[in-house]
Amino acid sequence: MRIGVVTFPGSLDDQDARRAATYAGAEAVRLWHADDNLQNVDAVVLPGGFSYGDYLRCGAIARFAPVMESIVNAANGGLPVLGICNGFQILCESHLLPGALLRNDHRKFICRDQRLRIENTTSLWTRNFRVAQEITIPLKNGEGGFIADVKTLDELEAENRVIARYVDVNPNGSMRNIAGITNAKGNVVGIMPHPEHAIDDLTGPTTDGLLFFTSVLESLAVKA
Amino acid sequence: MAKIIVDVHLKAELLDPQGRAISGALERLGLTEVVDVRQGKQFVIEINGEVTPEILQKLQELSGNLLSNPVIENYELKVL
Repeated sequence: MRIGVVTFPGSLDDQDARRAATYAGAEAVRLWHADDNLQNVDAVVLPGGFSYGDYLRCGAIARFAPVMESIVNAANGGLPVLGICNGFQILCESHLLPGALLRNDHRKFICRDQRLRIENTTSLWTRNFRVAQEITIPLKNGEGGFIADVKTLDELEAENRVIARYVDVNPNGSMRNIAGITNAKGNVVGIMPHPEHAIDDLTGPTTDGLLFFTSVLESLAVKA
Repeated sequence: MAKIIVDVHLKAELLDPQGRAISGALERLGLTEVVDVRQGKQFVIEINGEVTPEILQKLQELSGNLLSNPVIENYELKVL
């Protein structure tokens, strides 16, 4: 299985995302923002960082990159896409996911090992978790407050589309403690904390993050 | 040459943390009457020739999907 990781100008975590894909047993493929060729990958990760310097709004310019046109089309056709941090912001700007991410309500950049509770284990990226499983992965953002109107929030909850919620503390003012969501089909997932930084005991607080990557590989294997 | 101004602001019901920080600074600097500050963005766009109805429509479209995010922001467009 081939997992493509997009590099935008200003991406920071593309190398860690490729490493996580490799750890999970996939072939990691580099995708370039200016190239609309997805190179027959089976899944795509939009990594964290500050694409295009976060100019205009986080993710606003990346959304119109040539590679994103291909990704939006492929995602609408069922391609698994995981957006982490800046990748989540890009997915919201692309309208692949509802809502938006706003500056942290306390105005500070936050960097901590964050506890989360997994709520959805049916998306293509979370099938290897248990419902209500608590995990700890790094969180680092300045604009991570998830917001949406009440109707959208109610819909997300009614359709079991909240992937994970913050536990113990709400680190950025996210509505209803939401840390990650999925689309109706369950192939597109956005999450603010960083699973790709928690795949190796040497460098991460846990290896909990690896399950996102093994989940998608298993989902693809089941489909194939 | 024509000039178009697009002002973008966070929707009124959303917290504007930058505005709040600025409000605190204004108060410290002597503007004790300050009640609220909202920070926005202004885009000054210059184009060749007249603003035709087609160009205006294109500008409206781009103001709504690139210059602002309708989920969190409102925009106002003025042709000078």
